[in-house]
Formats: sequence, C-alpha cells, structure tokens
Amino acid sequence: MTDKTNPLFDLTLALADDALVLGHRLSEWSGKAPMLEEDIALSNLGLDLIGQARLFYAYASELEGHSRSEDDLAYFRDAAAYRNLLIVELEIGDFAHTIARQFLYAAFVHPYFQALTKSKDARLAEIAAKAVKEMAYHVRHTSEWMIRLGDGTADSQRRMTDALEELWGYTGEMFEMSVGERALAGEGIAPNRAALQAGWNATVDAVLREATLMRPKDRGMQHGGRKGQHTEQLDHMLAEMQVLARQHPGATW
Amino acid sequence: MVAIATLASPDTEVQRAREVAAAVLDPEVPVINLEELGVLRGVARRDGRIVVTLTPTYTGCPATAAIQMAVEVALLEANISGAQVETVLSPAWTTDDISESGRAKLKAYGIAPPNRTAPSGLFEVEIVACPLCGSQHTSKVSEFGSTACKAQWRCESCREPFDYFKCHR
Repeated sequence: MTDKTNPLFDLTLALADDALVLGHRLSEWSGKAPMLEEDIALSNLGLDLIGQARLFYAYASELEGHSRSEDDLAYFRDAAAYRNLLIVELEIGDFAHTIARQFLYAAFVHPYFQALTKSKDARLAEIAAKAVKEMAYHVRHTSEWMIRLGDGTADSQRRMTDALEELWGYTGEMFEMSVGERALAGEGIAPNRAALQAGWNATVDAVLREATLMRPKDRGMQHGGRKGQHTEQLDHMLAEMQVLARQHPGATW
Repeated sequence: MVAIATLASPDTEVQRAREVAAAVLDPEVPVINLEELGVLRGVARRDGRIVVTLTPTYTGCPATAAIQMAVEVALLEANISGAQVETVLSPAWTTDDISESGRAKLKAYGIAPPNRTAPSGLFEVEIVACPLCGSQHTSKVSEFGSTACKAQWRCESCREPFDYFKCHR
C-alpha cells in the first residue's frame, strides 16, 4: 500500500511523525537544561510526545496491514519519507527557542486533539482523548515560561524575541491541509486545521501580551514537511535517533 | 442462557485470575495495586482463554510495559496458563479512577493523593496537604518529578519534601 492511496494512513503517520520528532528534540535536553526542574520537565514533556507517537505509529502500522511495524516506521525511514511539520524538526537552540517552539506547537495541537476526540474514526478519537489531557499542561507550562522570559531580563526578552522571529515562519504549516486530509475533514474524520487558526491566534496573542512580546510580522510561511521536503536538521536528528536500530537491525533486549 | 450458565457454574479460574491481576503492585508506586490504581479494566474468558484488559495512565508512561509483564508473570505463577493481556485506551484513565483505598495507601506511603481538579489558569496555586503532617502550608518545587504522574512539593510546616500525585483528567 502506498502513501497516496490511503489518506487515513497519511494523516496518522503525519501525527506520529510530529510527535516523535518533537519528542526526540525535547529529549536532547536531558542532562543539560538550564536548571534541574526544567531538565525533568522537558524530559517529561518529551516522554508524553513519544508515548503519543507510539499510539499513532501502532495504528498506522495496522492501517497498512502490519507490513511495517511501529519500530520500522520510526527507525527505517529516511528524512524524505518523514511527514512531520518543519517546526518540530528544527534544532533545539537555546532554552527560549525550545520553550517558544513548544508553546507555538502545543497551542495548536491541544485544540486540534480536542477536535480529534470527536473524529468518526474511533481509534484516532481515543488516542486524542488521552493526548489532549497531556497537551493541556504543555500549553500551561510553556505559557508560564513565555511570560517569565518575555517579561524577564533584557537578555531573556531578547532571546525570546529572536526565537519567535526565527520560528514564526514555520507556524503557517500547522494550518495547511493536503487534498487527502481535506477529504477526511469532509467525512468528519480529521479536524479542519484552518478552522483552528482564530483560536490559536487568540491563545498566542494573549500570552504574548502578558509576556510583553511583539507578535512577529508574517513574512511568508515555510512548508514542505508534509511532502517530505525537510531541512537538513532532520537528517542529522534521524542519523542520531536511528543509528542503533540500523546498525543492529532486529536487535532486542 | 449465557447468564444462567454463568450463575450455575461460576468460572472460578476467571475469578482467580481477576484476584491475581488486581493484586499486582504498580512498579513505580509499589504500595498500590492495579485495581486501586484504576488500570484493571476487566478479566473475562474469550474463546477459552483468560483475557486481562488493562488501560495505560499517561501515554508515555514506561511502567505500562512493566505492568503488562508483571500481570503475565503473576498469572503464570498462579498456574493460569495461556492468558492474554490486552490494552484499551478508552475511556481514558484519569486520577479519579484511583480508589479510596488507593488514595489512603498513597498518603500513608508519603505521596499526597491527587486533587479532584487540575490547574487550568496560568500560575494557578494548588492547595496540596502535606502527607506527613497534614499542613496545607506547602509549596510546589517542580511540576514534574521522578515519574510522569508526580510533582515535587515541600511542606513549609514540617519542612519535609514530598511527592504529589498530580491530578490528571
């Protein structure tokens, strides 16, 4: 079964890839976050995302008749076969960059999962019902840090401003839908991403205001992740994430 | 007919399997069992085999696999062979599924049991009573702790640090 013939598989895989790639990025902070509490926090947030990714991969594997396992999908695809959003693959940068990315993404995916709990696809709905409770505190935790850093010292405000400027051009892709996803939305299986833009704007604007940060200007949006057109940062990340599985295929412990 | 047959000859192996699975302790909080944690969703016989149904807590909780394995081992040790352990996602687990006895055991172990509501507003201050001295004069050290389900708190009265089992719903 190829990707082109099954929009439900495509969507499930894209949701899995978003969660795994961002989860792996968060795990890169383990042992080196600016303070112990945030080291534990970012690892915990990453663990949530990797747990969500596993549920989506397991379902994707079922949808294509188990021709590839959950692990095959995660460890034996190259970057060009990954369907994640570009925003989740960017390098972690400094703490402000990581928090800003997590906030911008969580502020989208929390309402997305809320909508997905009403999907006519029972499996996606039940995965979303678990994930939505976790993304609620991702939004809360990162909103608090947006405010602390934005309304903090001159240095923390500068770092947060730089992070927002760099990330802003990657936010538009969250609201884009492929032809297949549009068809799923018409059937009540997938949420309409574009319909979530106004709510996301409201969440983001409220936090930026509280954080005394300016909303960056729209200067065109990057896209291509859903078609496998990625930054080279994803190649580097996958090389590290996949090396063990590829050097010892089929290894168990 | 099925109900009558069940009444006439209760499936003692299913009952025994249920008792065995329910008594398995949570690997990360080894004072409460799976029934008290609220993750044991059912034990039944299907096509001749015993089927134990569990539900995960957090999606990424590493204990999920350990719990499944612990149930399989416990059933084998009780001479219940060929049992199958399955996972269901819905309805999604919440900390309201922890039983009253589970909450009491958490507290006795030094872990503050979960509140009935999760914080919703930013910088919201939760009231969590110290499980050691009962004081409500406590403060949060870190929202995240040694496992996905716990936060680190400190009692400002008895000065002891403690874990809080976060409300998740």
